[in-house]
Amino acid sequence: MHDVKRRYVIPGDKIAEGNFRPLMNVVKSGSTLTATRIGIAETGRDGVKVIPLSGVYIPRVNDLVIGKIVDHSSLSWEVDINSCFSAHLPAQDVFGRDFTPARDDMSKHFAIGDMITARIMAFDRTRDPMLTVQDRDLGKIERGELLMISATRVPRLIGKRGSMIQMIEQATQTRVLIGQNGIVVVTGRNPEGIKLAVRAIKMVEEEAHTANLTQRIKVLLNVPDTPPQQEVSRAPVGTGSDKPQEIESTIDEVEEELEVEGEK
Amino acid sequence: MTQTRNLIDENGKRTDGRTADELREVKITVGTVRNADGSAFIEFGKNKIVAAVYGPREVHPKHMALPDRCVLRCRYHMSPFSTDTRKSPAPSRREIEISKVMREALEPALMLEDYPRAAIDVYVEVLQSDGGSRCAGIDAASVALADAGINMRDLVAACAAGKVDEQIVLDINDTEDKEGGADMPVAYMPRLDQVTLLQLDGKLSQEQFDECIDKAITGCKMVYEIQRQALIQKYFGNETELKEEAAPQ
Repeated sequence: MHDVKRRYVIPGDKIAEGNFRPLMNVVKSGSTLTATRIGIAETGRDGVKVIPLSGVYIPRVNDLVIGKIVDHSSLSWEVDINSCFSAHLPAQDVFGRDFTPARDDMSKHFAIGDMITARIMAFDRTRDPMLTVQDRDLGKIERGELLMISATRVPRLIGKRGSMIQMIEQATQTRVLIGQNGIVVVTGRNPEGIKLAVRAIKMVEEEAHTANLTQRIKVLLNVPDTPPQQEVSRAPVGTGSDKPQEIESTIDEVEEELEVEGEK
Repeated sequence: MTQTRNLIDENGKRTDGRTADELREVKITVGTVRNADGSAFIEFGKNKIVAAVYGPREVHPKHMALPDRCVLRCRYHMSPFSTDTRKSPAPSRREIEISKVMREALEPALMLEDYPRAAIDVYVEVLQSDGGSRCAGIDAASVALADAGINMRDLVAACAAGKVDEQIVLDINDTEDKEGGADMPVAYMPRLDQVTLLQLDGKLSQEQFDECIDKAITGCKMVYEIQRQALIQKYFGNETELKEEAAPQ
């Protein structure tokens, strides 16, 4: 991973020339690879990509998202997932294959206005994304403080192997559920803790690409400086603990990037 | 267009004291509109223009959506207080035309096929107008689009050139536009070396035309550097080391 070359780019900047594979936010014309977004360009062995620093959420298959039920037809719920496409949750996903609108009452499960955690089952931009709630920890969100951050800040909020979010959770005695679409739910017993966690999350969003952010969050949360957090026993509920691993590489790289800046 | 007075003095200075190859002062600030997905504020001489980009978002009315690509909608509007005498806030013939040419100038830079069935809305609001507001509007809109994180092949930089006292000059101001011989707004993608807007109001000979377009493109390149710095300042601050690495090769 250490032979990865990184630098800042804006749209139209030439990143590399030669036999590289364009991965993310990169176009190739001839042998020139050009960035299409503002962000951090990475040239690695497997190809060239740009980690974007701005933009709205575009769904991807397998993303864990938090959405709001806005409507339902006789066969599916319509879910607002903070994107330009509204998602659909088929009733069959909840009731099983033998679902019939005549017998099963859809409003028993999810009513309009309910918030749900779901995974994107299928999406290819030609049709609206399809959701599923058939997995551990998915389904209706009963309580919590809701806030929205930019989807491009989600990897930073999670941190390297979930370090940032773990730190916030432990210091404030809360549980933080993060959707890839930038919707965050904070739950906890102590209202003061929730307030502090919300402040920390907003600070991460606003200062995501600045150096020494972890340090400043530590100060805000009154976390002692030295000891790296030990793995504490955590209930599996909603800490986003399965998702962060999947996007770990991006997180690592953003984090490392920031560390490099910090040293300068 | 009849010229009533000399617009270039014996020292070669123009009405606002610039030389023939000089741009007005340009200042761009990124991210000025909090509610928008991307925004920019540009001061191009006396022009003060806000551009705000929303999207990609759902298309309303739904039947406008295209199955294979995104719809780009542009609105150029001049505030009633942007001119000397009050301008009616209703869209005029001129504003409708500029909205259209602006859309066509930005479209080639955007990768609209990445967002099928969605729409991107670009609002350009002129708060104070001087000559060349369409070019300044395109400059701001292009920066706002990049700020909104929409996939782009290149930024679009725009600048006008024209003929004043039979001399080709860069970046026509309001007086020169009204009293001068010709005005040629050009929008240009510097990295791709492609022109996306070319208009001409007035008469030019073949040689003058060539000189004029060359000068306008030079101006676009100068504007591009300012756009670039504005974006880098917003996103990367003053971290020079990586910034230099990202600078043009």
